[in-house]
Amino acid sequence: MLSASGLWKSYGAIPAVAGVSLEVRAGEIVGLLGPNGAGKSTTVSMLCGLAAPDRGEVTIAGDPIGGDAGAAKRRIGLVTQEIALYENLGAARNLELFGTLYGVSGPALAERVAAALALVGLADRAHSKPSTFSGGMKRRLNIACALVHDPDVVLLDEPTAGVDPQSRNAIFENLETLRSRGKALLYTTHYMEEAERLCDRIVILDHGRTIASGTQAELRRALPGSVERLEVEGAVDAELLALLAARGLTVRDRSGASLEDVFLHLTGRQLRD
Amino acid sequence: MGPLAALVRTDVVLYFSNKRALAITLAAPILIAAFFGAALGGPSTKVTRIPVAVVDRDASPVSRAIVAAMKSDASFELREMAEPEATRLVREGKVRAAVILPQGLGEEAPKAIFNPTAKKPQIGVLYDPSQSITLALVRGLLAQYVMKEVSRAAFDPATGARTVAALRGDIAASAGIDPGRRADLLALLDSVARVQARDASPGAAPTRGGMRAPGLAMPFETRDTQVAGSRDRQYNGYSHSFAGMGVQFVLFMGIEMGVGLLLMRRMGLWKRLRAAPVSRRLLLGSRVVSGTVIAAALFSAIYAAAIVFFGVRVDGSAIGFAAILLAFAVLTSTFGLLIAALGKTPEATRGLAVLATLLLVMLGGAWIPTFIFPEWLQTVTLVVPTRWAIDGLEAMTWRGQGLQAAWVPVAEMLAISALFAAISVRIFAWEE
Repeated sequence: MLSASGLWKSYGAIPAVAGVSLEVRAGEIVGLLGPNGAGKSTTVSMLCGLAAPDRGEVTIAGDPIGGDAGAAKRRIGLVTQEIALYENLGAARNLELFGTLYGVSGPALAERVAAALALVGLADRAHSKPSTFSGGMKRRLNIACALVHDPDVVLLDEPTAGVDPQSRNAIFENLETLRSRGKALLYTTHYMEEAERLCDRIVILDHGRTIASGTQAELRRALPGSVERLEVEGAVDAELLALLAARGLTVRDRSGASLEDVFLHLTGRQLRD
Repeated sequence: MGPLAALVRTDVVLYFSNKRALAITLAAPILIAAFFGAALGGPSTKVTRIPVAVVDRDASPVSRAIVAAMKSDASFELREMAEPEATRLVREGKVRAAVILPQGLGEEAPKAIFNPTAKKPQIGVLYDPSQSITLALVRGLLAQYVMKEVSRAAFDPATGARTVAALRGDIAASAGIDPGRRADLLALLDSVARVQARDASPGAAPTRGGMRAPGLAMPFETRDTQVAGSRDRQYNGYSHSFAGMGVQFVLFMGIEMGVGLLLMRRMGLWKRLRAAPVSRRLLLGSRVVSGTVIAAALFSAIYAAAIVFFGVRVDGSAIGFAAILLAFAVLTSTFGLLIAALGKTPEATRGLAVLATLLLVMLGGAWIPTFIFPEWLQTVTLVVPTRWAIDGLEAMTWRGQGLQAAWVPVAEMLAISALFAAISVRIFAWEE
C-alpha cells in the first residue's frame, strides 16, 4: 500500500536520509525504529508529503504522492508526535475541520466524526474542548483526527508519548483494530516493547540509512550468537529447568509478567478520563 | 463547506470565542482614544484659554490699558503678579509664559512710534520651553495690544502733547536730517498736535483708560469659521484619536495572528494542516481572509463605540469609509503574515513586531497629528501605510470628503498589502 524507494534528503551538505526504502502492506503494522537523529522524522515527512525528497519516490497504492494538494495525500492519515489540536475548539469540531480538509463533507462527515470518536472512546466528549482533556484523551483525539477521513495508510510518530498505561493500552487496541480493518500502519517509536507488541515487521534506521529490516524473529536471528527467547504460559518448574540445563542450554533471564502487566492487573484496563 | 471556508471559520470562531481577550482588545483602544480625544479638545467648540502671567513694572496708563486689553482676550487666562512668582510659575509649568512690561514703557513707546532711532522699551517674555508654540501666540497678541494702546497714548492730548513736544525738539536739533525731510516730519507732528487739541476740547468723548484718542487700530478683523465636513458640524477631536488608536490596536491584532501561526508551527498543528491535501496558497490565503475578517470586525466595533458614545460621524462617503476600513484590514492580515514569515520563535517575534508596529503608528500620526512633524518627516511618512489609513479615515469622518478621496489611501494600502503578501510567500519556511 505504502511504498518508498531510495529516499534521499539533505539539509545543506548533511544527508538526513540516505537511500531509505520501505514498504507497508495493507493490514500490517511496520515499526520504524532508530536512535535520535537517525532520520525517522525526515522519513515520515517525506512519506506524508510534508517534505519533498531530493531523490526517490513515495507511492500510495502505486500513485505518487505528488504536490501539496495531490490526491494521494487523501489516503494518508498523519498522527504527529505533538498533540496537534485546536485546544479551544470542541473535539467534534476539530474532527470536522480535518475531515473537511481531506474532502469529506455532508452526512459522510458527520458519520466519520462519530465513528472516529467512538473508536478512540471519546463519543461522550464530542462537544468538550481538548483544553479540558487529560493527556491520554488528547492523544486519542490526536489519533482520531488522523483517522476521520478513513485513510488507507496511517503514519504514527510516537503517538503514545506521555500517556498512562490505560491510554497506551487503549491506543494499541485501536491500532490493532485498524490493522484488522486492512489499514497499513507505520509506527515510529523509541519504545522497543511497543514495537514488540504491535509490529509485524521492523525497519531500523541509523545515520539516515536502513540498517536492518524484517520480522522480529528475522531480526533476532541476525544477532551474533544464538540467543533465543521463549515466552511460555503456565508455571516453569524445577524439572523443566533441569531439562534445559541437561541439554546444555543456559537460562539468562527468568521473569514473570512485565511490570505493565502487573500495573494493568492492579489498576484495571478501564480508561481513566 | 470547502477547506478554505472551514479554515477561515475556525480562525474566526477561535478568535471571537475568547471573550475576555476580546473585551480587552476592544476596551483598550476605546479607552485610550477617549483619553487622547479629550486631550485634543473632544467635540467641544470651547477654545482652551492659555494660562499666562503678566508683570506690570511700569504701572502707567499705557501699561494698565495693555493689561486690561489682554485680560479681555478669550485666548488668555491672564493673571497679574510679581516677577519672582511669575518666573516660578513658568518654571513649574503652571503658566505657559509670563509677559514683563518694563518700567518706562508708557513714556518711551509712544516716542518710538514716530522716531525709529529712539530707544525702544524691551518687553520681556518668559516661556516654558516645552510649550514653545505658545511664544508665537503671545508675541502676536502683544503686537496687537501694545501697538493699539501705545498709539492711543501717542495721540492722546494728555500724554501725547509732551511726547510731540519732545520729538519736535529732537528733530529740530538733529543735524543729520535732510532739510526737506525735517520740514515734512515737523508738519506731521503739527498735524498730530491739531488732533490732540481737537480731542482735548470739552465736547470730545473720553475713551478707555481716561484717554480720549482712539489710537491706531488693526486694519482688519478676522471671522473664524471651522471648516469641517459639513456646514453645521464642528471638529471632533475623537475623530482623530479613534482613527489613530483603532489603527494601532488592530495592527496589534495582526501581530497576534502572525505569532499565532508561529505557535501553530511549534504545536505541530501547522504540520498537520500541511499534511492535508490542500495547497500552500489555500493555507496562507485562509490566514489572510480570516485576519481580514477579524480586523474589519474589530475596527468596525471600535468605530461603533466612537459613533455611539463620542459623537464621531462619517460626514464623508460611507462607502469610502468602509473601503478604507477593509483595505486596512487586508493590510493588517498581510502584516501578520509577514511577521509569521520573518519570525523564528513566537517570543522574539512578538517583541520585534510590537516595536515595528509602534514605529508604524507613530509615523502614521496615530499619537500626534502629522502636521506637527518636521517638514522632512511629513514627506517621509507619505510612504507609511498607517498614515494613509489615518488620513483616509479622517477624510471620510470629520473632513466630510467624498468617495474620490478614499481611492488613493485604499490603493496605497492594498499595494503595500500585496507587497507584504508577496514577500511572505517568497520567504515562508514551508519545511520544518
